[in-house]
Amino acid sequence: MTLLPEDLVACPDCDLLQRIPVLPPGGSVRCCRCGRVLATSKADSLERTLALAVAAAIVFIVANVAPMMGMSAVGHQASTTIVGGAREMWVQGQQITAVLVVFCTVVAPAVLIGFLLVVLIAVRRPPAPAWAGTLLRLVEFHQPWAMLEVMMLGILVSLIKIAELATVIPGIGMFAAGALVVLIPAMAVSFDPEEAWRRIEWAGGGAPPAGTRGATSPTGVQP
Amino acid sequence: MSAEALTAIKLGIVSCEACGLLTKPADVKHPGHCPRCGEELALRKHNSIQRTWALIIAAAICYIPANLLPVMVTTTLMSAEEDTIMGGVVLLYMTGSWPLALIVLIASVVIPLAKLVALAYLLITVRRRSAWRRHDRVRLHRLVEFVGRWSMLDVFVDTFTVALIQLEPLMSVKPGMGVMFFAAVVVLTMIAAETFDPRLIWDSGNDREGQDD
Repeated sequence: MTLLPEDLVACPDCDLLQRIPVLPPGGSVRCCRCGRVLATSKADSLERTLALAVAAAIVFIVANVAPMMGMSAVGHQASTTIVGGAREMWVQGQQITAVLVVFCTVVAPAVLIGFLLVVLIAVRRPPAPAWAGTLLRLVEFHQPWAMLEVMMLGILVSLIKIAELATVIPGIGMFAAGALVVLIPAMAVSFDPEEAWRRIEWAGGGAPPAGTRGATSPTGVQP
Repeated sequence: MSAEALTAIKLGIVSCEACGLLTKPADVKHPGHCPRCGEELALRKHNSIQRTWALIIAAAICYIPANLLPVMVTTTLMSAEEDTIMGGVVLLYMTGSWPLALIVLIASVVIPLAKLVALAYLLITVRRRSAWRRHDRVRLHRLVEFVGRWSMLDVFVDTFTVALIQLEPLMSVKPGMGVMFFAAVVVLTMIAAETFDPRLIWDSGNDREGQDD
């Protein structure tokens, strides 16, 4: 198995081989054939993402513990958390939907925030052990399934439906979930996975020191 | 674009799906695992076309009960009322919040259907090795991947409505079977968009290798 120079990439959307130039801070390059963003230079990527992930982890706990909203109508009081909503679905006989709702609003965001936090702490002293790479792969797998922003819009719609029948009071959990809707995309934007991968020990044993990989690559590829 | 575009597959180079590392395996047919992250390597996603077809056909089948069966059953002292997805949209429109009715209509009816049509179109054009407007087709795939999640909207609306309106015996809302089928449509189309390999759009024409598998 031969390795190739570090600045060479294959576009994930069209497979075209290209060399990534040295980018100015904040600069990004797109694939010259299909237009996909191939690399972005992100200043202090790992530190900034770590700060955002710590904040997100705290807010995430609040969002799941505090009630999302309360409701009062004709003398009845009701309040619910995110998990409480799914639990009601389970009780009412929609177990599959309940599991899916918990996965998209609790499990996937928790994996995203928690594992990314662990990876970011692990890569502070490179080379990070290979299990950090496994966690990073799990983070990327769960990313499309974390749907807090969709959930917030869903809550808004259901509130408007209910507003005719009852008085609805937004709870602390609602504000925390609102903050997560901002924090999670901010994490994704500031995080540079390539930088993290470079600091993680290779699964195939050992960590090739940076800069030596180009020497082992006999290739005549032109950009 | 130019016919001599140099792609990784032509040089027998594999890029890792998970971490993006390029390697040149000794045997391209069995590239093994990524030395950096341990993910299984493949030139193209395995059986991308067949798997995507299977997923969108399953989603299309689920789309029918998702729209015909009720998603919510509202029980009051006097009556029990069943609402389908379209019924919910109409209800929102009648109560005067047409912007929300429009959002729900787009997220629950238009997007799932548009995704099925878009993915089928991508699969057919790849199968016919079409070179027509590749750039727009790869953009279409990105759009399908990006908007797919918003279809979950109705599932969340139903969940939180059910969770809050439990005023026994005055009024209670129960979820209907439609929710499960609707959630299945969303999940299946999301996986289908993920299973489709956009690189197949560019593989057609003069380089025939790597079309399937």
